[in-house]
Amino acid sequence: MDAPRDGACWAFIRGSFELFVYGWYPEPERWRVNLSFLLLVIAIFGVLKDNLPGKKYWLWFAVFFPFIAAWLLVGGFGLVPVGTQKIGGILLTIIVGVTGITFSLPLGILLALGRRSHLPVLRAVCVVFIEFIRGVPLITLLFVASTMLTYFLPPGSSFDLLMRVLIMVTIFAAAYIAEVVRGGLQGLSSGQYEAADALGLTYWKAHRLIILPQALKISIPGIVNTFIGLYKDSVLVLIIGMMDILGLGRARLNDPLWLGLAPELYLFIALFFFLCCFSMARYSLGLEKKLRTGHKQ
Amino acid sequence: MKLKTTVTLSAALLALGVTSAAQAGTLEDVQGRGVLRCVTSTGIAGFAQPDANGVWRGFDVDFCRATAAAVLGDANKIEAVTSTGKTRFTKLNAGEGDVLWRNTTITFTRDVGVKLRFHGVNYYDGQGFMVRKDLGVNSAMELDGASVCIQTGTTTELNLSDYFNTNGMKYEPVTIETNDEGRQNYESGRCDVYTTDASGLASTRSALPDPDAHVVLPEIISKEPLGPATRHGDDQWSDIVTWVLNATITAEELGVTSQNVDAMKDSKNPEVRRLLGTDGSQGEELGLSNDWAYQIIKQVGNYGEIFENNIGVNTPLGIARGLNALWTNGGLLYSPPFR
Repeated sequence: MDAPRDGACWAFIRGSFELFVYGWYPEPERWRVNLSFLLLVIAIFGVLKDNLPGKKYWLWFAVFFPFIAAWLLVGGFGLVPVGTQKIGGILLTIIVGVTGITFSLPLGILLALGRRSHLPVLRAVCVVFIEFIRGVPLITLLFVASTMLTYFLPPGSSFDLLMRVLIMVTIFAAAYIAEVVRGGLQGLSSGQYEAADALGLTYWKAHRLIILPQALKISIPGIVNTFIGLYKDSVLVLIIGMMDILGLGRARLNDPLWLGLAPELYLFIALFFFLCCFSMARYSLGLEKKLRTGHKQ
Repeated sequence: MKLKTTVTLSAALLALGVTSAAQAGTLEDVQGRGVLRCVTSTGIAGFAQPDANGVWRGFDVDFCRATAAAVLGDANKIEAVTSTGKTRFTKLNAGEGDVLWRNTTITFTRDVGVKLRFHGVNYYDGQGFMVRKDLGVNSAMELDGASVCIQTGTTTELNLSDYFNTNGMKYEPVTIETNDEGRQNYESGRCDVYTTDASGLASTRSALPDPDAHVVLPEIISKEPLGPATRHGDDQWSDIVTWVLNATITAEELGVTSQNVDAMKDSKNPEVRRLLGTDGSQGEELGLSNDWAYQIIKQVGNYGEIFENNIGVNTPLGIARGLNALWTNGGLLYSPPFR
């Protein structure tokens, strides 16, 4: 520390790179994280790539992927159990982001349909849920997850903190997705609904075949926007003491041997988030282009 | 009416279940689990920080390790329950951690209002000021009109305004969120003065490009006694934490170190013999094995060793013992006797 600093010092990042990626995940079990990541890539590929032979099976795999990954990461049923408090760093960021994205979309679509339903009770429940969740900041929900819930549960019966956080993040994103999708649903002309009725399609069939494909297409920019926001919001978990990549990085900044290396750390984290978010944005642009059919007037 | 009765009854049952669970002994819980869970900070230089392999190190962490050595016989059987300033007490009170070793100032509100039990002081801190040497300032009383970098939402913010008001001086606050942000603002000259706890000033100063160009002023304007805490309602566990801290201090006072602890077991001094479990049954009275304090000192060290290894003058933080010296050396550390 005596020499003046003339350039960036990347040894700090290199030295703790594994910690930043895996958190405290036990070293002999890290192949499970790598395998989960590989499966994630395969699942995403299967969903996003067109004209794959056996597309149906790729999609089914993607549906089951979150559960396979949860089993791989947490263990049990033949694998050594790993406590969720060992999960940190980029691994935690990706888990929060991917879980939120995967589960909030279907939940959000259901909420949007519920809000437009003709059944008064269902509609009321959905409206209250959406408005309540959108009405409070994500941090509040995280605090509820980390502190309030523990008061309601008897001590000892600890409901896993990561699980609580994932649920909160998912319902938070779902409320936003619901409103984005509702915008898409309202963007369709009433002729589409009437045409579906005229064909004698049931509610679910009409939505699956006619309404939702068009509504979701309109909603793509908004949905991806929400996803990107959610992915970046995942760093808020550090406020309740969970060590995601930002929390862990900031903790490492306190190592007396490496004091004062904040710029290197924040550049590294910024690069990580930029890569993730930029690729989501590019993909959504490509998707919009591909789906732009017939509406040019 | 019937519904109301049922609700009341089940609420009462629930409450009963909650209390009975809370009164199960923490010691048995920890020994059954085989791991001690300490509420620690998410990173304070020298006090608690993960190393490049993710192993927690630091002054507070070493006291957590000492507790594990006493209770489980192995200092490495700890788990850090990381918590921010806002969530630390809830995590302790909700049972997510067994003991809190986390740079926590002992105050009336926390002791009484938050229902914590404090067990003495393991670090005497206090708020200080750092300025550039070339300003020529020698005392905090000469800081009238200065711009001051100050962390928002902390007791230091209140102490600062009290101090300047009392002494009829004005200052211009530059609010910051974290220590690192404070250092950068101070380094780039956005503020003339940086104020935080003296231990924080020491680490900030050591991270500056030219530490010798900066000086920490002699005035300490607040009392920040930092110490461990446990939940209300488990006296045995409270005793253990209290005496773990006392054992490290007493060991230093009696000259027992991790190096000579084996030889000291046969010391002529009866207090050393009681401390190390050669004579008496003090460990068993605590519910631990008789060599509990031996394990602390052998595996972690006495107070002086813990201090010097993590934050002392030979570390990058370079903090002098000051108030944290033994009472025999002009400090405030004073442990009740092992008798």
